[in-house]
Amino acid sequence: MTETAQQTEQIPAGGVIAADPAERSLWPLWEVFVRSSRGLSHVHAGSLHAPDASMALRNARDLYTRRNEGTSIWVVPAAEIAASDPDSKGGYFESAQGKAYRHATYYTQSEGVPHL
Amino acid sequence: MSAQSPQLHPVEATATTEQISEDARRAAEEARVGWERFEQLIAEDKRVEPRDWMPNNYRKTLVRQVSQHAHSEIIGMQPEGNWITRAPSLKRKAVLMAKVQDEAGHGLYLYSAAETLGTPRDELYEQLYTGKAKYSSIFNYPARTWADIGAIGWLVDGAAITNQVPLCRASYGPYGRAMVRICKEESFHQRQGWEILYTLSHGTQAQKQMAQDAVDRFYGPALQMFGPPDDESPNSKQSMAWNIKRFSNDDLRQRFVDMIVPQAEALGLTLPDPELKWNDERGHYDYGDLDWDEFFSVVKGNGPLNHQRLAHYRAARDEGAWVREAAAAYAAKQQQAAHDAALLTA
Ligand SMILES: [Fe+2]
Ligand SMILES: [Fe+2]
Repeated sequence: MTETAQQTEQIPAGGVIAADPAERSLWPLWEVFVRSSRGLSHVHAGSLHAPDASMALRNARDLYTRRNEGTSIWVVPAAEIAASDPDSKGGYFESAQGKAYRHATYYTQSEGVPHL
Repeated sequence: MSAQSPQLHPVEATATTEQISEDARRAAEEARVGWERFEQLIAEDKRVEPRDWMPNNYRKTLVRQVSQHAHSEIIGMQPEGNWITRAPSLKRKAVLMAKVQDEAGHGLYLYSAAETLGTPRDELYEQLYTGKAKYSSIFNYPARTWADIGAIGWLVDGAAITNQVPLCRASYGPYGRAMVRICKEESFHQRQGWEILYTLSHGTQAQKQMAQDAVDRFYGPALQMFGPPDDESPNSKQSMAWNIKRFSNDDLRQRFVDMIVPQAEALGLTLPDPELKWNDERGHYDYGDLDWDEFFSVVKGNGPLNHQRLAHYRAARDEGAWVREAAAAYAAKQQQAAHDAALLTA
């Protein structure tokens, strides 16, 4: 107990965001995804506030594609995005680790053999 | 978890006390793990993202810095916006409109980044509106002539770029990403300003004089955009330890001076500093002392246009309020109509 108290003293006060700040503004928050050219995926560009989807799209065009950065835009209400928990500290993604055999570089016997 | 406590402790009072200390222990443990992870991210020069645990002071410092930065972009539209109708040609007018529109965008990118730290957008706007928040003092100086638009682009945007390039690597992810986007757009701002001055300095004698006067007025305040000298900038050290700031105020200022000297020569204009001189030993240009009394006086609100800039911002916000409210009301009405229609067809 004493030990915990001592440790706590060294730790500065801090934390994670408890409430969603976007919910406390007049216009909701939208996340913007832009497809830079045909054949590529939409990529997250940023966010903006807008009253509805059509205004969000227009604002996204003016805000994120002033220099031909896009051929297509998606806007998604930020509140509708489900995200993995950052507090899981890697545990959530652990199953992919230690599985080097899922990569071609794991197989070395074929070195020097052409086209393999 | 809490369901187990009564079993272990039949006496209710004991269970409650036990539960409280258990919660406290868990909170302390979470803080310890969060803090260690934060320290590790900083030590490894990795990025901190919005939902990560972070020290309150780190969060506070960033909200202040990023929102001040956003406010500066927004207020910064005023001196230039003021010249759009008086630009000397259609080309210059189109260029200036594009630049001012970019600055609005920069403000919005930065507000988005600040918001991820937990402060709602409307609250950030409110802080500027009420005068609680600060913005870069440079925008409290007037743009008196067309040449000032050149000097602003070359020197003010130039100083901003020097400051912003290292911020692309700021430890807070959303801030760094906003800066990357901004830096890409800024280089045209500086070049168009330099070109305005170049055209004027190769025009009539009066035009060249106008360009020189503008440089004379903006040189000192532009150098002060990097903030007070290092020994008077107590917060810089912590910002650098957190990898928010990468170089000290004086280092950035020196870098800027070294860059603009040859650029001024190419313009055929002089920088208004008799002590400006190449120092072979240091490998840098020496420059004279800046008027810090004036700087702090402007910061405190006594610049030529502090009052006017804020009044203009407030008027624009007040006059636009009905548009924002009407758009929100329309969206709510549309949503209700869609909801009703769904009920009818169900
Ligand atoms: Fe900008
Ligand atoms: Fe700019």
